[in-house]
Amino acid sequence: MYPIVEKKVLSENVKLLKITAPLVAKKALPGQFIILRIDEKGERIPLTIADSNRKGGTVTIIFLEVGKTTKQLGTLNVGDSLENFAGPLGMPSEVKKYGTVVCVGGGVGIAPLYPIVKALKESGNHVISILGAKTKDLLLLEKEIEAFSDEFYIATDDGSKGHKGFVSDVLQKVIDTQNVNMVMAIGPIIMMKVVSNLTKKYDIKTLVSLNPIMVDGTGMCGGCRVSIDGKTKFACVDGPEFDGHKVDYDNLMLRNRRFIHAEGEACKLAGAQ
Amino acid sequence: MSVRKTKHEMPEQPPRERIKNFKEVPYGYSKEIAIEEAKRCLQCKNKPCMKGCPVEIDIPGFISCIAQGDFDKASEVIKAKNNLPAISGRVCPYESQCEGECTLKKIGEPVGIGRLERFIADYEQQKGKNPPKKPKSTGRKVAVVGSGPAGLTCAGDLARMGHAVTVFEALHDPGGVLMYGIPEFRLPKAIVKSEVEYIKSLGVAINYDVVVGKTIDVEELMEEYDAVFIGTGAGLPNWLNIPGENLDGVYSANEFLTRVNMMKAYKFPEYDTPVKIGKVVATFGAGNVAMDCARTSLRLGAEKSYILYRRTEAEMPARAEEIEHAKQEGVIFKLLTNPIRFIGDEKGILKEVEYLKMQLGEPDDSGRRRPVPIPGSEEKIPIDTALVAIGQSPNPLIPQTMKELKIGKHGNIIADDDGRTSVHGIFAGGDIATGAATVILAMGAGKRAARAIDTYLKNK
Ligand SMILES: Cc1cc2nc3c(=O)[nH]c(=O)nc-3n(C[C@H](O)[C@H](O)[C@H](O)COP(=O)(O)OP(=O)(O)OC[C@H]3O[C@@H](n4cnc5c(N)ncnc54)[C@H](O)[C@@H]3O)c2cc1C
Ligand SMILES: Cc1cc2nc3c(=O)[nH]c(=O)nc-3n(C[C@H](O)[C@H](O)[C@H](O)COP(=O)(O)OP(=O)(O)OC[C@H]3O[C@@H](n4cnc5c(N)ncnc54)[C@H](O)[C@@H]3O)c2cc1C
Ligand code: SF4
Ligand code: SF4
Ligand code: FES
Repeated sequence: MYPIVEKKVLSENVKLLKITAPLVAKKALPGQFIILRIDEKGERIPLTIADSNRKGGTVTIIFLEVGKTTKQLGTLNVGDSLENFAGPLGMPSEVKKYGTVVCVGGGVGIAPLYPIVKALKESGNHVISILGAKTKDLLLLEKEIEAFSDEFYIATDDGSKGHKGFVSDVLQKVIDTQNVNMVMAIGPIIMMKVVSNLTKKYDIKTLVSLNPIMVDGTGMCGGCRVSIDGKTKFACVDGPEFDGHKVDYDNLMLRNRRFIHAEGEACKLAGAQ
Repeated sequence: MSVRKTKHEMPEQPPRERIKNFKEVPYGYSKEIAIEEAKRCLQCKNKPCMKGCPVEIDIPGFISCIAQGDFDKASEVIKAKNNLPAISGRVCPYESQCEGECTLKKIGEPVGIGRLERFIADYEQQKGKNPPKKPKSTGRKVAVVGSGPAGLTCAGDLARMGHAVTVFEALHDPGGVLMYGIPEFRLPKAIVKSEVEYIKSLGVAINYDVVVGKTIDVEELMEEYDAVFIGTGAGLPNWLNIPGENLDGVYSANEFLTRVNMMKAYKFPEYDTPVKIGKVVATFGAGNVAMDCARTSLRLGAEKSYILYRRTEAEMPARAEEIEHAKQEGVIFKLLTNPIRFIGDEKGILKEVEYLKMQLGEPDDSGRRRPVPIPGSEEKIPIDTALVAIGQSPNPLIPQTMKELKIGKHGNIIADDDGRTSVHGIFAGGDIATGAATVILAMGAGKRAARAIDTYLKNK
């Protein structure tokens, strides 16, 4: 059992849980994720490691409530425990000194971006962060990310904070005014697609973190397969980060809708993206 | 007295009934039938049947106990060699193992060795298992990675030798394929759990949620334990590599079966994991995995369940019993067909599969006649779900993270017959070493590795 030691409500349906899982905390690196199961009848769902504390043996997850499992997770409180919590899974981010890097985060994608921003800054990069959301209340971790960024921008669809429009508009401006060596983008599939199309024109290396539907997370089931440069890869063992210019985003969008009828939560997800 | 030429039938659920439920298909022998079947055994002096048993069960020994009605003794004889008889008695491909060597085959059918083994295991389950005697501790510690049949067998045998064994399992349940692959109607999960309880009663500890290579490295295990056994099985599903394979509606057999078996998707929404099946399902492949997919589909409500296979029935790798059961249940076999593309609608949802008809040509390296396409023979059938069951490659996690281990060209860990790998103190066996094979071969490998580990520890 994995006890919850801290809970924060970040916005109406985005919550943060800090969970005691010493073995996971000891190994966790930016870009990796865990798979949890709330109880014996629960589904296994993947969530990115937003932060971890080796000494305290804790792992932080931040999640958007989109369906049965994430909503149930949101009702848990300090003192409750999770039945299963396995990780860290996937390959860690390629953190090194690139020069100038732009980190683009959209929606809950901002959560997994946070440890990467931190690590890129600590590796001596000039870090430019661009966070985007529908409206300002849905922005996450602004202060935390700003603290590790040399430049910091916000874009909201409704203009309630920062630039009115998409993160890609801001990215375009950045690219127009300075030399960018690498772009890291995490967020809704459509956002990663738009960002990748943009950076491709300028031939800027771009990494994206994909979130296909997963079951085991150990390379056994093949459910998380994604098409990269026309080849089948498994996001749980080969990813979740891939070269943004090689991803077949349309196929990913399609495959992620597979259980939409069963879950009956389509609108909510669409709303979140 | 002349010997009866055929095996005694095992009573089973009628096909019409059983395709509506997930309950086990055969009921097993009654005491009376078991004794009669046991009496068919000739008690051959040279015990040819034993040569076919990878876990070295004294087959005539336990059969003669059954013939005398001493089921407890029969159980002891089996348990001396095999910790998981309720499992092997159900899923072992005995026709090509022990029964394949049986002298009676010269005049008819072999003794129903697998059925008798199952009978004894079930007898013991019902009666309650005797707690085994705890051996004297050797003070040695062994880590076993993976709780499939290879890992469980190795762990059980090592514990009986007095070593302290800890199993590390990536998933939340034990058993590997026994739990997430083989369906409930063939191997009830309660039986797997009860066999695992027995292994635990031998003193084996099982830790879940530990993905070795990620949560903890093999090197770290080597620091804490005196030896490590790797039994991580086959993972990565193979694909047909034809257009349309990523359409909505195409699953790997592993994902489909894992959702249904381990996550109990057939009880959705009581359990949270969904599975979607539609009216017409096509399964590609003809091994045990394919039969399981096709039969599971019927139980989930498919109106038509096809098996598409490139060769003919003679070449099908599945156990004879599985093919027979699939036919009885109404699975439609489209033999000598090779899929060439999946076709979806504008939304990307699978609608059809197109295939070519094949004919058998010259024999290939394996001696089987190679299927060759008949030009211009394209056909299409409408389908809602495609299940790809054409094999798996070894689980990549440990090879990926431990560079010193020698790996074969298919991604398997190279190990000798006793499980020794290229690294001193690290042993491996089962599907991770051989590629996808069978439960009993994995158990045999676990058993031989346990013996080799014991010797290694004594000399260390
Ligand atoms: C590697 C990885 C990391 C992730 N990290 C995070 C994270 O840090 N925070 C976070 O909020 N979410 C993250 N996700 C997505 C998260 O796993 C899903 O939101 C979750 O599984 C939904 O479960 P549910 O039972 O609440 O919803 P369900 O009822 O199962 O589904 C609700 C809706 O979400 C869709 N959905 C289900 N699974 C996924 C998925 N994996 N990706 C996208 N849509 C999905 C369904 O099709 C459905 O429409 C991550 C996914 C992956 C693969
Ligand atoms: C659907 C299906 C039906 C089958 N039917 C039959 C049959 O009727 N008869 C028969 O003889 N054979 C059958 N087989 C084949 C048989 O099940 C396998 O050959 C056998 O299970 C292999 O055993 P194993 O112990 O090597 O591996 P597995 O059973 O695959 O077990 C490996 C275990 O290791 C765990 N693991 C993997 N990686 C890690 C890691 N990094 N850290 C920790 N744990 C890890 C896995 O989660 C799993 O629990 C079938 C297979 C399938 C898929
Ligand atoms: S384990 Fe398999 S090979 Fe051995 S006796 Fe039992 S059925 Fe035969
Ligand atoms: S070969 Fe057949 S008949 Fe002979 S001992 Fe073995 S089971 Fe009995
Ligand atoms: S989640 Fe099953 S292979 Fe990746």
